[in-house]
Amino acid sequence: MAVLINIPETAAPGEIVAIKILIQHPMETGFRTGSDGALVPRDIIETVVCLYRGEEVFRADLFPAVAANPFLGFHLRAEETGEVAFVWTDIVGATSREFRTLTVA
Amino acid sequence: MIRALAIIALLWPCAVSAEDRRTGYDDMSPALQLLQDDPMNPGVFWVLDGERLWAEPAGEAEQSCADCHVEAGASMQGVAARYPAWDEALSTPVDLSGRIGLCQTRYQGLAEAGDRSHPDRLALLAYVTHQSRGLPITPDPDPRLAPARAEGEALFFTRMGQLNLSCAQCHDDNAGGHLAAARIPEAHPTGYPQYRLEWETLGTLDRRLAGCMTGVRAEPFAPGSAQTVALELYLKSRASGLAMESLPIRP
Amino acid sequence: MTLSRRAAVTGLLSLPWILRMTPARATPETMQGALDAFTGGASVREGRVTLKIPLLVENGNSVPLSVSVESPMTPEDHVEEIAIFNELNPLPDTARFHLTPRAGLAAVETRIRLNGSQTVHAVARMNDGSHWSTTTNVIVTAPACREV
Repeated sequence: MAVLINIPETAAPGEIVAIKILIQHPMETGFRTGSDGALVPRDIIETVVCLYRGEEVFRADLFPAVAANPFLGFHLRAEETGEVAFVWTDIVGATSREFRTLTVA
Repeated sequence: MIRALAIIALLWPCAVSAEDRRTGYDDMSPALQLLQDDPMNPGVFWVLDGERLWAEPAGEAEQSCADCHVEAGASMQGVAARYPAWDEALSTPVDLSGRIGLCQTRYQGLAEAGDRSHPDRLALLAYVTHQSRGLPITPDPDPRLAPARAEGEALFFTRMGQLNLSCAQCHDDNAGGHLAAARIPEAHPTGYPQYRLEWETLGTLDRRLAGCMTGVRAEPFAPGSAQTVALELYLKSRASGLAMESLPIRP
Repeated sequence: MTLSRRAAVTGLLSLPWILRMTPARATPETMQGALDAFTGGASVREGRVTLKIPLLVENGNSVPLSVSVESPMTPEDHVEEIAIFNELNPLPDTARFHLTPRAGLAAVETRIRLNGSQTVHAVARMNDGSHWSTTTNVIVTAPACREV
């Protein structure tokens, strides 16, 4: 699935950087009925995690009340150059990952 | 001195902008305008998919759009702002989605163009339309389009459905007013295809027209039918000069 | 003494049916229940939490929300979790955000679905176990000519 990640490429030590992520996903609530009258099964992203240099910085638990194509904005404090990992898992356990490098100087 | 002031007073109204028309973007709340202007706009996914599909070979001819049209930014600039246009072989006007389907069967060698609401078709439509962002709607001057455009105008003023309402009665006579809590727009197609919050996905003008017609309890025109293309021709001429929007969002 | 079969069946039939686990629509009471489960019954004070959300939206399918908590976000003093609750969606939970001092700033934004006009609650739990909250009432309108 497609994803947009907005994170600066560089930051000063100690600087608080804003991160935004938009994930393409219908976030099917499980409360809708389809055109055939049957309940459309729930299909949502349940967890989004951001790790910085291997340690968790931010984790979101999402419920059906999060809008389709879920958007999250959060922050991290830049310390040293390292990998920022984004990991998200859906209701059946399928996991996706994206990686960016934050250069701190 | 008095004469100079009098001349300035007479000419002043000409100096200010003459654009009174309001688009759906103008009518939206600031929060939704912000969402449309936000780089993290969900509509972008379809443009990105379209960019990928543009370069993908398809059909018997194993041709991609890029094989003929090269860079969409150059070759497709202004196209969506001009459409619908006349198709020589069919001797009829076609809208942009229809044109994409015709290219796929004629030049890529696809057996069938596929559904107009298929995600791939929507993505290509979004991508090609995106190349006209910011450009003024400039209806194709081809005189062969005039009869269909006139038919579209007639349809706009025709009462329809169990509620027996014409498009004009809401969108001309009552634009700016409210239907329940929703503001009635002037119905200028500056923002199609659009990510509509109601649909939670990208959709076309014919999907919206079908929604309106269902709203007045009329049998909707089929997507891509002669009537929807005729209506689009008229709506575009009525909106002539208004800028095509980038990644439109609507409630 | 053994139960006669008839007595057993009559007994079973007279038991109350098990209530459906998920109500069709939540209520302020179920929301309070979810809130209490989050806080563990601890007291919640108003303040320190700022919830920014439009007061009136044209469609409830995507409502922008940003929540921030006054906190230095140091290991000694930081926000552990921010929970968003709603009163009238089918489920009271909307989202939970787990933060660490590495976040630097307790400020999160997202877009939520609101199934009609209702009150949105944001509750923050600090590392010292204290809870702070704020609420906002959102009016949700809908298009008049809806797709059927």
